[in-house]
Amino acid sequence: MTTAVATDWEMVIGLEVHCELSTTTKLFCGCRNAFGDEPNTNVCPVCLGLPGSLPVINERAVEYAMRIGEGLHCTVEPSIFHRKNYFYPDMPKDYQVSQYDMPINARGWLELPDGTRIGITRAHMEEDTGKTSHVGGGGRIHEAGYALVDYNRAGVPLVEIVSDPDIRSAEQARAYVSELRAILAAIDVSDVKMEEGSLRVDSNVSVRRTGSTEFGTRCEIKNLNSLRSLVHAIEYEARRQIDLLESGDRVVQETRHWNEDDGRTHSMRSKEEAFDYRYFPEPDLVPLAPSDDWLAQVRSSIPVLPAERRAALAAAAGASSTADVAVVIERGLDALVEAAIAAGADPDRVVTHAVHNLAVEGAANLDPDRLADLVKMETDGKLTATQAKKVLADMLEKGGDPASIAADLGFEAMDQDVLASVVDQLIADNPVEFDRLKGGDQKVMGFFVGQAMKATQGKADGKVVTALLRERASS
Amino acid sequence: MTDTIASTAAAVRAGERSAREVVDERLAAIEDGDGALNAFNYVMAERARATADTVDRRVAAGDDPGPLAGVAVALKDNMCTRGVPTTCSSRILENWRPPYDATVVTRLAEAGAVVVGKTNLDEFAMGSSTENSAFGPTRNPHDPSRVPGGSSGGSAASVAAGFVPAAFGSDTGGSIRQPAALCGVVGVKPTYGRVSRYGLVAFASSLDQIGPFAATVEDAALLFEVVAGHDPMDSTSVPEPAPSVVAGLGEGVEGLRVGLTQEFVEGADPDVTARVEEAARALEKAGAVVSDASVPAAVYGLSAYYLIAPAEASSNLARYDGVRYGLRVDGDDITAMYTATRAAGFGPEVKRRIMLGTYALSAGYYDAYYGQAQRVRTLIIRDFEAAYANHDLLLGATSPTTAFELGAKTENPLTMYLSDVFTIPSNLAGHPAISIPYGTGDDGLPVGVQLLAPALAEPLMFRAAAALERSLA
Repeated sequence: MTTAVATDWEMVIGLEVHCELSTTTKLFCGCRNAFGDEPNTNVCPVCLGLPGSLPVINERAVEYAMRIGEGLHCTVEPSIFHRKNYFYPDMPKDYQVSQYDMPINARGWLELPDGTRIGITRAHMEEDTGKTSHVGGGGRIHEAGYALVDYNRAGVPLVEIVSDPDIRSAEQARAYVSELRAILAAIDVSDVKMEEGSLRVDSNVSVRRTGSTEFGTRCEIKNLNSLRSLVHAIEYEARRQIDLLESGDRVVQETRHWNEDDGRTHSMRSKEEAFDYRYFPEPDLVPLAPSDDWLAQVRSSIPVLPAERRAALAAAAGASSTADVAVVIERGLDALVEAAIAAGADPDRVVTHAVHNLAVEGAANLDPDRLADLVKMETDGKLTATQAKKVLADMLEKGGDPASIAADLGFEAMDQDVLASVVDQLIADNPVEFDRLKGGDQKVMGFFVGQAMKATQGKADGKVVTALLRERASS
Repeated sequence: MTDTIASTAAAVRAGERSAREVVDERLAAIEDGDGALNAFNYVMAERARATADTVDRRVAAGDDPGPLAGVAVALKDNMCTRGVPTTCSSRILENWRPPYDATVVTRLAEAGAVVVGKTNLDEFAMGSSTENSAFGPTRNPHDPSRVPGGSSGGSAASVAAGFVPAAFGSDTGGSIRQPAALCGVVGVKPTYGRVSRYGLVAFASSLDQIGPFAATVEDAALLFEVVAGHDPMDSTSVPEPAPSVVAGLGEGVEGLRVGLTQEFVEGADPDVTARVEEAARALEKAGAVVSDASVPAAVYGLSAYYLIAPAEASSNLARYDGVRYGLRVDGDDITAMYTATRAAGFGPEVKRRIMLGTYALSAGYYDAYYGQAQRVRTLIIRDFEAAYANHDLLLGATSPTTAFELGAKTENPLTMYLSDVFTIPSNLAGHPAISIPYGTGDDGLPVGVQLLAPALAEPLMFRAAAALERSLA
């Protein structure tokens, strides 16, 4: 399906990402903001919207929203809240307190790992709704016998991040969400778990002839619960629109629901049926106008963001692959890796250890100088790759310097001459196999390396054994 | 008439009278008299006696129960009282008992007051006669064939009838001052944000304000001091402690510049206008400088109000949907349930305002209606500011008429809306105002005059009101 879109068509995609903030309490009351608690236990008159209750803004939530603004290079501006009016059972007041024409964050951008910049239209604050479960009828709304509502999520702070229509493929949409997730995690404002709904994505998709600058009619796709469904839904939807247009039909502007089971999008409501939300300024809240001091404080607390960290690590790590660099950043091991490289260790080996042999938890206490020492022993031929991995495991578990751990484990570099005689003995013992090696059968190389390891109790460096065998086979 | 609030509290604090005795006397008065008036939706006799006993135990233990020790208080039935029905005189909340107390209720309890009951109102505070109650109208103690005004008609009547010395109402467009005038008691609308709205069931959030009713200015001032002051639970609450108003009541009005405001007398009945002019002369005699004043944009107040208040109400009242509490009338699907519940639960005036407000906020109409009304609101504030450049206080009538007959204005909502023409501008501006009984009309019924003050100028407003009250003695 990845080549579903013919090359004479171009996708135009804009994403709306709802991010639940990981504040201790809700947006307008002191109730706990937690996922997975017993239903309707984290509620009070305010988040239940009981008559007479009033909202009071959670300053921490405002600060988190400002952090998001800073992380996405937005302008943080004075803002006000609006009421978005519509009836729904999981919305206790039958209106949602949101931001409308004066959002807290406006005009920013996000840079993808390949250097593409995606514009950010706005990132505004709003409250989450409760969660409805339809009981009976196999979970389908129209067949359900009744519905249960859990209001624990009602009033949880959200920031909705709206991108410009700058995204041109499903894969780019995936990259955008991944990068956004990495930024939100780095600035520590959200759990960013799509599976728990703390990161939710709606996608606006339209298509146009390649080269055209006009926008086509768009559809908004909802119910995208994973990066996988995001990619599949966009590809399906673009194909659907292209098929319509190519057969002389037109695309109707509407909201569509992605169904994971049949792999299709289905019409939810057309533009004509769209709600009139009757937005008006929320009279129970006062305008937000973060002071310059507060903004400066927030700005100074923003850590170096993934894009800059990637650039720094790529510069330090030289030839290491983009994918490996991304993994190191995601695991937050870049500071360790960069320090070890700075201490003189081979960049490729350091990155390889970080990607394959280091768990995030254990790596926290690892001294970069000792990691560098280990890698130097490896590149100096004092340790084989296998031995280095074992030494590293012990360093993480017990601490200590690599030289003494290697000595304790009995890992001493084998004398080249001794190893050469081991190899010669193996050749003498296995003439048939050696003939096959000479004839170019590389499969028997593994046999000889295995035998060499066995004969040396694993102390032999596989690379050296291979080199010796090649030398003898070609002479 | 009952003793003053201050003298009752003083006697209870000194152990000269028990709170239980005071409260029993008030409960008996309600029991005897309210059958004819219907001022109360709910009398909480048992709970009131228990609260009174607690006050007495504190006195016996040597504690001071507070400045309202043993004082019986009635609350408009749109203020949340934990475990006690809070209906807004609507079928849709008929059996609802809030799980929490409004901030005013907490503050009254902390001051030693004893809440004895919840009073009748126009449904969700929408009306000017208390005839829009789902539980029947309240009648005016001065003439039971007449309305007590509204929407806080039950609270005004309960004080006027001598059932209680103190009551609280809410004022969105005149709902405290107009019934105070029609019932011949003092009624106060404080500055927007002076008294916490937390626990007041919202009608129009940007206009609603809680305030007291009492027989005298001093009693009203004492009640105001107890409930006013910053509340962190209300974001629109003024971040200041309650101002001292009682202490300055005797200071007089020497040199105060009072503006007799054309827009707040124009269209009033001649006997009402005559009382306002007498009040002006009395203030002059007491040393104030009285001159003519004008707030030109105030004449657009009524029109702006009937867009802004319904717009906010259409949103505030959306939550009465049958899902979680209150009335539910089942239907085949969720939309049918919503429709049936709201059709059965709301009365005609509430429905009218929800429709009006929904329309005013609709896409394509917002700017012409809601937006324009907000611009008018800004103009009114500007015109008030200009008037206050030359005057310390403004004077006018509270209501254009004295109490009218039940049914006289129910046929045509617009004539009813005109009852609030003099009171609405203060709500739109967020300013304080007070209605003081000042003689009677040609029909022998009470007339109220209104003193208006700039934001947060309650001390001055109460001081002038006390002077006016003294001029009647």
